[in-house]
Amino acid sequence: MLNLVQMVPLVVFIPAIGAIINLFWGAKLGVKGSGYVASGAAILTFIISVLLYSYLTANHGIAQVVDPLPFFDGWIRIDAVDFAVHIPWQFRVDSLTVVMLLVVTGVGSLIHIYSIGYISHDPKYGLFFAYLNMFLGFMLILVTSNNFLMMFVGWEGVGVMSFLLIGFWWDKKGEIGWQNGNAARKAMILNRIGDFGILMAIFLMFWTFGTVTYYDAGEVANTCFQLEGAGYTLPTECESEGHGEEASGEETEAASVEEGEAEHAETGSAAEEEHATGEEGEAEHGLVLSEEELDNSLFYPSQLGVFAQAERLLNLEDGEEIAWDADGNMRGRDVQLGTWTLDIKTVVTMIVLFLLLGAAGKSAQFPLLVWLPDAMAGPTPVSALMHAATMVTAGVYLLVRSNVLIDGAPEAQFIIAMVGAITALFGGIAAVGQWDIKRVLAFSTISQLGFMVAAIGVGGYVAAIFHLATHAVFKALLFLGSGSVIHGVEHGQHHVHEYGRGHDADDEHHDDEFDPQDMRNMGGLSRRMPVTYITYLMGMLALSGIPIFAGFWSKDEILAHAYERLSTGNTLESLGGIIVLATLLLAAGFTAFYMWRQMEMVFFGKARSKAASHAPESVGWMVIPLLILAIGSIFVGFINVPSGVGLSWLFPLHNFTNFLESSIPSITIEGAGGFIWLLAIVATGLAVGAIFLARSLYGHGKAIVAHDSDALGVDPLWNMGGMTRMLWSAASHRLYLDDLYHAVFLYPYERIGYFLAVVLDWRFFHDYFHNNVIHRGFNAIGTILKNPVDIGLIDGTVNGVGKLINWFSGRTRRIQTGFVRTYAIAILFGVVVVIILMVAPVFMNGS
Amino acid sequence: MDSGFLTTLVLFLPMVGFGVLLFVDSEKNKEALKWVALGFSIVTFFFSLALWAGFDNANPDLQFVQQWNWLSIQIGSTQISSDYYVGVDGLSMLLIVLTTFIMPIGILISFNASVLKERGREKLYYSLLLLLEWAMLGVFMIQDLIVFYVFWEVTLVPMYFLIGIWGSEERVYAAVKFFLYTMSGSILMLIAILFVGNAAGTFILPDIIAQVQANPNLWNETAGMASSSTVTGSLLFGAFFIAFAIKVPIFPFHSWLPDAHVQAPTAGSVILAGVLLKMGTYGLVRFNLQLFPAESVQFAPLIAGLGVVGIIYGAWVSYAQDNVKKLVAYSSVSHLGFVVLGIFALNSQGLQGATLQMVNHGISTGGLFLLVGILYERWHTKEMADYGGVWKLMPLFGGISLVIALSSMGLPGLNGFVGEFTILMGSVGSVYLNFFFTLLGTIGVILAATYILKMYQHVYMGDNKPAPHADENTYKLHWTELAVLIPILFAIFWIGIQPGKFFDTMGSSAKQLVAYVDESYDAYETRQADLEAESAAQVETNDATEDSGD
Amino acid sequence: MTSVGIEAFVALSMILFIIGAMGVLLRRNAIIIFMSVELMLNATNLALAAFSRQWGNLDGQIFTFFIITVAAAEVAVGLALIVAIFRNKQSINVDDLHQMEG
Repeated sequence: MLNLVQMVPLVVFIPAIGAIINLFWGAKLGVKGSGYVASGAAILTFIISVLLYSYLTANHGIAQVVDPLPFFDGWIRIDAVDFAVHIPWQFRVDSLTVVMLLVVTGVGSLIHIYSIGYISHDPKYGLFFAYLNMFLGFMLILVTSNNFLMMFVGWEGVGVMSFLLIGFWWDKKGEIGWQNGNAARKAMILNRIGDFGILMAIFLMFWTFGTVTYYDAGEVANTCFQLEGAGYTLPTECESEGHGEEASGEETEAASVEEGEAEHAETGSAAEEEHATGEEGEAEHGLVLSEEELDNSLFYPSQLGVFAQAERLLNLEDGEEIAWDADGNMRGRDVQLGTWTLDIKTVVTMIVLFLLLGAAGKSAQFPLLVWLPDAMAGPTPVSALMHAATMVTAGVYLLVRSNVLIDGAPEAQFIIAMVGAITALFGGIAAVGQWDIKRVLAFSTISQLGFMVAAIGVGGYVAAIFHLATHAVFKALLFLGSGSVIHGVEHGQHHVHEYGRGHDADDEHHDDEFDPQDMRNMGGLSRRMPVTYITYLMGMLALSGIPIFAGFWSKDEILAHAYERLSTGNTLESLGGIIVLATLLLAAGFTAFYMWRQMEMVFFGKARSKAASHAPESVGWMVIPLLILAIGSIFVGFINVPSGVGLSWLFPLHNFTNFLESSIPSITIEGAGGFIWLLAIVATGLAVGAIFLARSLYGHGKAIVAHDSDALGVDPLWNMGGMTRMLWSAASHRLYLDDLYHAVFLYPYERIGYFLAVVLDWRFFHDYFHNNVIHRGFNAIGTILKNPVDIGLIDGTVNGVGKLINWFSGRTRRIQTGFVRTYAIAILFGVVVVIILMVAPVFMNGS
Repeated sequence: MDSGFLTTLVLFLPMVGFGVLLFVDSEKNKEALKWVALGFSIVTFFFSLALWAGFDNANPDLQFVQQWNWLSIQIGSTQISSDYYVGVDGLSMLLIVLTTFIMPIGILISFNASVLKERGREKLYYSLLLLLEWAMLGVFMIQDLIVFYVFWEVTLVPMYFLIGIWGSEERVYAAVKFFLYTMSGSILMLIAILFVGNAAGTFILPDIIAQVQANPNLWNETAGMASSSTVTGSLLFGAFFIAFAIKVPIFPFHSWLPDAHVQAPTAGSVILAGVLLKMGTYGLVRFNLQLFPAESVQFAPLIAGLGVVGIIYGAWVSYAQDNVKKLVAYSSVSHLGFVVLGIFALNSQGLQGATLQMVNHGISTGGLFLLVGILYERWHTKEMADYGGVWKLMPLFGGISLVIALSSMGLPGLNGFVGEFTILMGSVGSVYLNFFFTLLGTIGVILAATYILKMYQHVYMGDNKPAPHADENTYKLHWTELAVLIPILFAIFWIGIQPGKFFDTMGSSAKQLVAYVDESYDAYETRQADLEAESAAQVETNDATEDSGD
Repeated sequence: MTSVGIEAFVALSMILFIIGAMGVLLRRNAIIIFMSVELMLNATNLALAAFSRQWGNLDGQIFTFFIITVAAAEVAVGLALIVAIFRNKQSINVDDLHQMEG
């Protein structure tokens, strides 16, 4: 039976093939051919994603685990006495994956197409498209994997692609090229700090659960939802779950799980068999699953993935034990971690915090956010694809994926909320102080990612993913729009350069410093680039959260979640809710403000440079994706319309939540926040107010005020002086976070490294210690051995013997006269003596 | 035919090559010299593959055993024997294949080495390489302490001459330092070997292990003294450890390494990093763990601590280097710190990860030295400041270099990651180490990015700094260079994506070794407790008699 | 025929030997010393021959022949040496030859 879901490995292999083609034959294909291959690969993956989506909706969102091609026989497998490692290459198709697939491949395809126009003048286009496809492949590994480690492959892979693409123009002459390389390196290293967190989380997870798989094959993430979808009667615990995450609900759930355990403990092996036959049955009858198959109670906990195990362990009472595996081992809350024994909740909290560190690295959260603004050194499509729409959202995806763990660690969740809130505000403030068109968007991205993380911190997993999806669309639009603007200004600059040469000597000097990304060089582009202007406006409105645009719905859902947290009765949750609510509202205000500031500086007023006044509209390759994304920015919000707006006649309510429910156990339709008019009005009011404030500050040609000393001019906020000036100055210095890191980490790291390498290791250990201590010590010992010992004692003895012999022979040599006669007499005497000796006995004996 | 014959065949094939080389006329047939050496190393490689193919993964004990009595002497009332005893188990199998894999690469990269053209004496050079291969294979195969020691020392000689004759400016200093440093450690080991042989009555490793298994407190009870003192065992353990630690090198015994690496010719560096250093870590597994299981457990936190310090220290120092080769050399200290951490995690995950990491380090760091060598052939400098824009000048080479650099950095999907990951995972679960070892060890993963990327950016990116006297052929890769890089790339991807075969090979041996260490340690503890109780009882009786005497 | 007794032979031999020995010890001329040595050898020969006859054993006579042969060789070598010494030193006085002095 042809199963659509078996196609999922293709989403990795197709971009890989595209990348290989472009890597080796890109130059032969030409820029168009190269672009077609890459875009074709991207579009194919998008089609597969759509097919997977249709498959999933047709099957009640029942997740499928897919093993890749047969020659991949697992990945890391280690035979061990206990905790044998088996980490396979394995794909998982569930609703969360499919959402990510659609976002990544959808936006990705458009950006690939856009790139054909954008990169056409760069000789390295083959490499560029190869990188883009490779990135796509890694990103799809990230979202489709069924375990944390394979996810980590994608995670690191996109990191490397990010490194390569940020540094794509490392070969620009002089300092600029070097800065590009530095930006790439910075991104990679900060991501590595995040990876440290992921690795630690994986280690802890493995030694706690014995696996790093999300959910094993046949396992169900959200039992109640699946049972309901399949039309079975719901068990009692599912009824109570609808009330949210109150303490009583949890208790009931815990109790029921216990019961289930008790029942199934004895029938473990039988259950396994049953499960095996169940799978065959599925193959025969399509996807009509029995009630048992939609319930994890068929498995022993040790046969489950990380999340289901965590759920069971977290629900245990102190000292309580449950049957763990088919061998009859019991397991309680205690986790044995090397020499430590920890409570499961502590471990889960640690895991979540480490995951948060990883997410902070990849999703540019506080305190690891400093790489993202620098990452704008890459080509603009890259910024749009990786540093706005897809790669940076991987951290959010990871956290949402780990929702079960996060729910089990409220303290960690609170910290997540704080990190998100701080990041959202940080990005919002810093964006106000930027001149570079892409930097503004970069900080905006940071801020929006903060929104998503904060949403996770207040339990709004769907809201986070919803915002992720809408943000991917409108932020990609904004970046591509900014790319179009930059492209236009650059062309305008070339135009000026070609036709304006010689007319204005001053211009020549100006050219060297001309930065096509600096908003102070723009202005009035709405007339020169109308399509870009209109689409950019759509994106800007969506980002600012103006009603009916996409961002409004998703942002509002996050705020609603934070608001609901206030009434849960749990202090920590309420505190998190109120902080998030307040901060995000403030950040939303900033969002609208800096976006309108940008609109004023780029599109309105008069052109402030000759380049801007000659900027042409971009080519079709670039404009078409803009239009598609602009339409998306308006309508994509309607996928998850909340109840209470009165739109139920037009759109199905909570469609998105409904879809995601199968993969996020803790959410329910009932739990999904309704529309809160008050909140919506306040948020909209803030946004509109901020836009008007920005208009009054920057509008009517007041965008920048030039001073004699400063050719490029200064911001009106700076001109206001006092507190405002200080704040703006801080914002333009990215709130001094980079400087802080430079002073606190980078500089000491380099100095200590230098000290260790040159002073300690080389001068002291290698030279001094080796030469003085070892070498000289050796010499000293040698000298002692040589002088007193060797010469005095050993030599003395030997020489003494010699001297003695010498003296003795000196005495005895006198005998040797040299006269033969003397010797003859001696012989004669000898003979006489011998004769006497021979004869004497005869006489002595008598006879 | 005896299956053990294959082991002997693999071991002595390089020696046959050595013999053949002697009869090649070096004046007339310089080309023939190269090809004979290459041919024999490749044939050895294929035979070692055959060995691997015939290896039974399920059998944890020695396989392909061949044993001939060599010497048998009477000392006092004990009969002491030492045999020619070769055999392969899961832990040495991979290292044998690694050795025979690296060797043709080392020979092939020497084909066009300018230093050989300058200084000549090709015959000696290739003979020494084959001699070195023989000695290294011997170290990994021999199961007898005395014969092992002979092979262990023999490895020094060819390497000494390789560095001393074909090295860079300070080659003699580096060669002498390398020789003396490692030799002084080995002397301690020799003393320990003699003591062990005397105490056990044999130098044959499996026989000694059987005795240790029977009584893990064996070393403390020699000469009939049933004492609870742990001094003798610790001293013996220490003597072996220092010999191996210098070879690895474990911080703080590493100061010979940068000299040796920087001064050695490319092939020398590749083999030094690729195989020779593994002899130290292999020795830790084979001798320290097997002969002194209880002591290994006792010293595990200390040695793993040194490993962790090495990880961070090596990486940090590596970051601050201006000399490419030195940077790579120090990165070895960092990588081998991981291996030491893995070994002394004393569980299957750690041990298997460590063994795989030995192979990985041989491939990645060997690869990095190849890269440096290829660059050196063109730029004739090792200073990072003299390089720039290599990626632009040599695009293909830049791409290959990137993969090798990333593999050294531990990118998932490439080989380095699999080893590091399993090692660190093992260290979390180790019942002898606590969590901080892992925490600090994992920081090494971050630091690896700092120095590798620094190297990559400074050498491969930035403004073009063309090679001196460059013509159109300068930036083309010679076929020998491609021929050495492609197998390296292949190995990087193979181990990165499908390391299953490797883990399977060592699985059962590692499992058995771990179980053996654990059991021995328990037995040792019991024995020590018994002895202490006994001596306490003795003291009491003595006191009692004294009291009654009063 | 009256046979002469063994004592007479021994006495003559002794006398001859003593004369030879004295010659060796007292004379300075190398040739004379040489002749004295010959005298001592022949004294020995005489004694050997006498004892041989006395005991009816031919060993003594065989020995005598050996000695005569060796003596002949000795004379040849000895005289050659003396000639060589004379050529070198212009003297055959043995007192001049004391380079072997310790």
